[in-house]
Amino acid sequence: MNNETLKLKKNKFLIPAILLPLWFLLYLNLEKLAILIVDSLLKLPQGNHMTSAISFFIFEVPKVLLLLILIVFVVGVVRTYFSPERTRKILGGKKLFAGNVSASLLGIVTPFCSCSAIPLFLGFVESGVPLGVTFSFLIAAPMINEVALVLLLGLFGWKTALMYVSTGLIIAMFSGFVIGKLKLEKYVEDWVYKTKAGHPEIEAVKFSFAQRITSGFDAVKEIVGKVWIYVVIGIAVGAGIHGYVPENFMASLMGKSVWWSVPVAVVIGIPMYSNAAGIIPIVQALLEKGASLGTVLAFMMSVIGLSLPETIILKKVLKIKLIVVFISIVASGIVIVGYLFNLIY
Amino acid sequence: MTVKILGTGCKKCQTLEAKVREVVQQNNINAEVEKVTDLSAIMSYGIMMTPGLVIDEKVKSYGIIPKDDQILSWLRGE
Repeated sequence: MNNETLKLKKNKFLIPAILLPLWFLLYLNLEKLAILIVDSLLKLPQGNHMTSAISFFIFEVPKVLLLLILIVFVVGVVRTYFSPERTRKILGGKKLFAGNVSASLLGIVTPFCSCSAIPLFLGFVESGVPLGVTFSFLIAAPMINEVALVLLLGLFGWKTALMYVSTGLIIAMFSGFVIGKLKLEKYVEDWVYKTKAGHPEIEAVKFSFAQRITSGFDAVKEIVGKVWIYVVIGIAVGAGIHGYVPENFMASLMGKSVWWSVPVAVVIGIPMYSNAAGIIPIVQALLEKGASLGTVLAFMMSVIGLSLPETIILKKVLKIKLIVVFISIVASGIVIVGYLFNLIY
Repeated sequence: MTVKILGTGCKKCQTLEAKVREVVQQNNINAEVEKVTDLSAIMSYGIMMTPGLVIDEKVKSYGIIPKDDQILSWLRGE
């Protein structure tokens, strides 16, 4: 038995150690491979739209999928170091502002799934985490998405990725802070504060290093297994725009000089539901065709951060007024960020 | 033995329920499997991630779908 677990542990270390160099080898040579396929294998004529669209597709799909696998794996491992229980404990004694800051930051690394939003909300609020701080967490968790982060990093570079994270954090802090200041506790469904959540000693899940690695692989299986198809579709759409839509086509619709483009992009984004992986190739194509960064970023944040289905779930615990306030504040935050970026860039 | 699956109806919760029922049936375990969807009932177990798996009123797991053999060993009281 002992021998076996030892062997298992060795394997778990060995697999990433072999896979990682392979990953880099493949990733760094993707462009050459793509050119090889397009030129030598498919023998596509150079310089026409079809070829341009197909090359884009052949290069971007493996690139984005490779990035996705690596990051989801890393995040899967990192998340084993955080739990909602721990996050709640940290946030419990925090006042407004300091609490909003830490809640937004913890929103990035704490494991979160939208289907757990309600128990999480209840668990936080009932154990005394202030409403505004809880909201900062609930806004940051879906909005600052690891998949989006990596895709931005891979497709646009670290500056855009950093901007995405910092503006997401600012919106989460600001919105939670405003909600806290407005003292909206009365718009939480009455039963929420009446019921006291039981806190039986839940055995804390302890992870061995091998289990953390396994969690990373499980996350890859689960998330990449779910989103790869959206990535492919998104890139196909992107490739279509890339090859066929003329340069600067979007400038008149989503360009800097169009003042209404930011709020319209946000409003259109709210009912749209897409995961980050699907939206980013579209973002890339829009940018390339003359849409401005602020407008596109606002659109993206609205799509992944504010989604109607998720908000409707919140109706179980929040009165409609608070939901409306919540959406309006976050949407305003996103609009401000959009304008700000259009102004800077 | 009572087994409860805590969850409001997300996909993971349904998957876990089906899995537990299957494990119980295949191994002829004398257990009553019950799905708990009431929010305050779920909260009374103190979990913040669904689905939760409760065996004889003890929370065994939450937020994940445990592996079959893990569920089986919990059911056997190991």
